[in-house]
Formats: sequence, C-alpha cells, structure tokens
Amino acid sequence: MNTLELQKTANEIRKGIVSGVHAAKAGHPGGSLSATEIFTYLYFEEMNVDPENPKDPDRDRFVLSKGHTAPGLYATLAQRGYFPKEDLLTLRHLGSYLQGHPDMKHIPGVDMSSGSLGQGISAAAGMALGAKLGQKDFRVYTLLGDGEIQEGQVWEAAMFAGAKNLDNLVVIVDNNGLQIDGPVDKVNTPYPIDKKFEAFNFHVINVADGNDFDQLRAAFDEARTVKGMPTAIIAKTLKGKGVSFMENQVGWHGKAPNDEEYKIAMEDLEKAGEALCQK
Amino acid sequence: MSEVKKIATRESYGNALVELGKEHEDVVVLDADLAEATKTGVFRKAFPERHIDCGIAESNMMGIAAGLSTAGKVPFASTFAMFAAGRAFEQVRNSIGYPHLNVKIGATHAGISVGEDGASHQCNEDIALMRTIPGMVVLSPSDDIEARACVKAAYEHQGPVYMRFGRLAVPVINDRPDYKFELGKGVVLREGKDVTIITTGLCVGYTLEAAEKLAAEGIDAKVINIHTIKPLDEELVVAAAKETGKVVTVEEHSVIGGLGSAVCDALCEKAPVPVKKIGMQDVFGESGPAVALLQKYGLDGEGIYCQVKEFMA
Repeated sequence: MNTLELQKTANEIRKGIVSGVHAAKAGHPGGSLSATEIFTYLYFEEMNVDPENPKDPDRDRFVLSKGHTAPGLYATLAQRGYFPKEDLLTLRHLGSYLQGHPDMKHIPGVDMSSGSLGQGISAAAGMALGAKLGQKDFRVYTLLGDGEIQEGQVWEAAMFAGAKNLDNLVVIVDNNGLQIDGPVDKVNTPYPIDKKFEAFNFHVINVADGNDFDQLRAAFDEARTVKGMPTAIIAKTLKGKGVSFMENQVGWHGKAPNDEEYKIAMEDLEKAGEALCQK
Repeated sequence: MSEVKKIATRESYGNALVELGKEHEDVVVLDADLAEATKTGVFRKAFPERHIDCGIAESNMMGIAAGLSTAGKVPFASTFAMFAAGRAFEQVRNSIGYPHLNVKIGATHAGISVGEDGASHQCNEDIALMRTIPGMVVLSPSDDIEARACVKAAYEHQGPVYMRFGRLAVPVINDRPDYKFELGKGVVLREGKDVTIITTGLCVGYTLEAAEKLAAEGIDAKVINIHTIKPLDEELVVAAAKETGKVVTVEEHSVIGGLGSAVCDALCEKAPVPVKKIGMQDVFGESGPAVALLQKYGLDGEGIYCQVKEFMA
C-alpha cells in the first residue's frame, strides 16, 4: 500500500475504534488511536499474514502487550478481513468473542492473550525464540505502552531478548506520553526509553512522529536489516489522535464517548476521510 | 532388611526430561539459574541446544514458555515451587492458564523438606495457588517411578500442567510390575475399613508406615495415593469416604487450599464425613534438616500415626 492508502485505511480503523468503544460504553480509545498507524502499518504492509489462514505456523506474529488497546487491534483485524466489521459493535458485550482484552482462544488473528501489562513482551520473545529453535524465519512484533514499561517484567524480557540475540523480534513502544494517573514523566518517568533498550543490547530506532507512515516505513525497513540483536522502535505518538476532543487528553485513556461525543468523533473522522480523498 | 532405594523426585524430573527429549524433538526445557538444583542440568548436558537458561527471572520465563508453546514447542519451565507458583503466579494464570497453552511447569523444592534454606524457600502454598487456575492440571508424585510417569503424562496431556517435586530423597514405593500411571486416577495402596487416609507426594511413604503402626493397634486404614490433585479422582474419594465413614488427608503443604481442601470440596457435597487434615497448620516452616522438620511438623510416619490415632479415639 502507498502512504495515502495506508492513511485512508487508518482512518477507517479509527472509525472502528470509536464505534466499538461507543457501543461497549467502555474501553480504551486514547491508546488505540495513538497506535492506529502502527497497527495499520503492521497488518497492511509489514507482516506476512493471511486472514484466511490465521494459524499458519509460518506467519509473522503480533503480541499486543498493551492489551487494553484491544479496540485498536480488533478494528485493524476486522479491517484486514479476519472477522466482520459489524462485530466490533459487540465489543465487551456479554457473550461476544471480542473480550475486553485480547483473547487468542476465541478471536481470529489474535496471536496471544494479553492485558496484564508487561507480560506480552515475554510471550513475544518466546515466540521469537521458538522461530529460531524451529529454524523458521517468521518475525515477531510486540507493541508496548510507555506507561507499561514501568513493569519490571518488561526489562526481564528485554534482557532475555538481547542476551539471546533475537533479531527476529521488534518491540515497539507507543510513546504517547500519558498514562492513567497523568504524564508518564510525572507518574514515574520511564525516560530515557531509548538508552534503556540500548543498554539491554537492542538496536534502537527513535521515530519522531509515530503517526507518520513514511517514518514508520523507514523504521520497520531498518529493523529488517538488523542482525544479531532485537530492535526497539520508540514511536512518539499523539494520544487520542484523530478525534479532536480526545487528542492529548489523559481523561480519554479509558473512557467511552457518549452519544453526542460519538457524533462529533465520527464527524471528525468523516472530514479526515474526505480530505484524504481530495489528495 | 535390605536398604530401601531412595531418590528425590527432582532427580526423577531431570532424568525423565532426558528420556522425553530423546523421543520428542519438540521438548524444550527452561530454567531460571537453578539447573543444578532442579536437575534440568542433565537435560542441558544431553540437549544443550534445547535447554534455555532464562536467568533469575521467573516471571519472564513463564512468558517465554507461553510464547514457545504457541510456536509448536512443548516447554518445561523449571524452578523452585516458591517461584513457579508464588512469584510467577500471575504470569502462569494470565499468560499460560487463561489461553490454555501447552506449557508444563516443573516445580521442585516444594514443601518444608527443602530443609535448611528455611521458610522463604519452603513453599507450602503452591497446590492451593495452582488448583484455582481453570484448566490447570496439578500433579504431585510420591516417588521416582511415579514422578517419571507424571512427566511423561504431562507431555502427553494437551494443556497446562503443574508438577510438584521434592528435594529430599524418598523411598521408591511404586516398584511393582503392574504399576500404571493414569492421569486423574487415585491409587489404593492399602485396603482398610476403619478410616481412609488420602495422601500425596512424599507423605505417601510415611502414611504407609503409619498405616502399619495403626494396624498393630487394631485400626485398619485404607490408604489412597492422590498423584493428580486436579482433576481429583472424586469417585474414588467419595466411595472411600462412604465405605470407611472417616477421612484423614496428609500432605506436605498448608492445610488451607491443598489436597485436604480439595478432598473436603468433593466430600462436603457428596459424602459429608468427618475429615482430619494433616499438613502445615497455617504456619511458615523454618531451617533445619528435612527429616527433622517433617518430624517436628508431624508429617513423618510417627507424626501421622499419632494424629490419626487421636482422630480415631
């Protein structure tokens, strides 16, 4: 896909996120919207996956370590054709397979159950090691929040991935700067993030604008060239990106829009979609 | 009388892994800097490329095992019970149990028979923790033969399994030609009509000793070895309770949440009879030689005998 097509796809995914969270009356729009370009790039450009064969043993894997942004992952999977988009409206409903956090047992395309922060990166490292042991060349991607990396297990996993030279593993940090209790650097600063991963023997790529597809493309292309060490992509993003009243607002970390807010959000996204069509 | 052969079930674990590794390419063994103590060192020697030392990071090790299992491997994650079930409880619950992944957890150094290391390393809570996880199989073998059989059964079972092994060398009690390990099936080791003693792990040998002493005093005890704590062989336990009218449970574990509780859970609904729970009575252990500790806390043959006798009085 070219950049414009990716942008249009991301805009559709944003509509899915907002619709799903609105229908659920709960969920996490802020961090889903900040990572939308990352989700989009992974599933529409970077990863070797096939929605018709979601359990293909040779496929690339994705682990959403920041599992609370399931609406972002689900909207992306639906857009990619893993399941019907209308099912997004059942998010978090009783009896729906779209659980509040990713559930690999019931959701096509979900490679690992996650949600308890800090655990996904370990599973991803295990998958990457599994590829090495099985002489398979699939790659593993995992997305972490910048608040999530306060969890100690993240650094246990980072040490492991670096020590075992897992160059088929790409760790992406969605650095939107906000967590539930406020700015990450006020709550318990994780900075400098890049130097921490460097110290754990990662190849580190800083992406100044993680909502920009050209910058993401450059970063993921670079990651593919790295041998002998895992890659960490630290992507600076905007929390709530694309919905005017949610942007950079900590309050929209884990809150659903009411009917009126939903209308405004969808109008914002419709306008953005129209603007992209003018290009 | 000739000397009874003794072997610690952690040794059996290591040896069984080597056997399994020979037969199955997909077996990988993980450890957390304890390969010499958990006895996975023998597997490392035989299959160095399939032994992964995760260093002192048990939480991550459980996640690595989860990830490996999704890539078609059958990982055996190995560390002390304290760290497998205790420290990494939530990783086991969320990264292994919830997705029902095919991960095997080999937990050695369970119970007070850890000995000199003391209470910080004597895990008397692991059965309680592990059996609350939906879909988790919990195994607690009594000797070398059963421990090796349980490793094999764990491999053959599709889904998460927790295996509990000990540090202390224990007598081989299952050395008989017709021995067969069936997951989820209790084993009647001794028939008796007055009381049923249900036991597990290293307490099985001691319970048989106690049963002989009780017999000398006219108390005829039925002895059941429960190597699979979950799923519990409810049918056998309920039938025995109905048959003897009284039940005693014996385990090297807290009386809260362990085998005793599992038995009571089954009996309270289907055959409510008086149950005496022998085990760690809601206390921490302490440093000391393993056998002396088992004596002090009433878990050796004499201790079990006295407590059953008192219960029957």
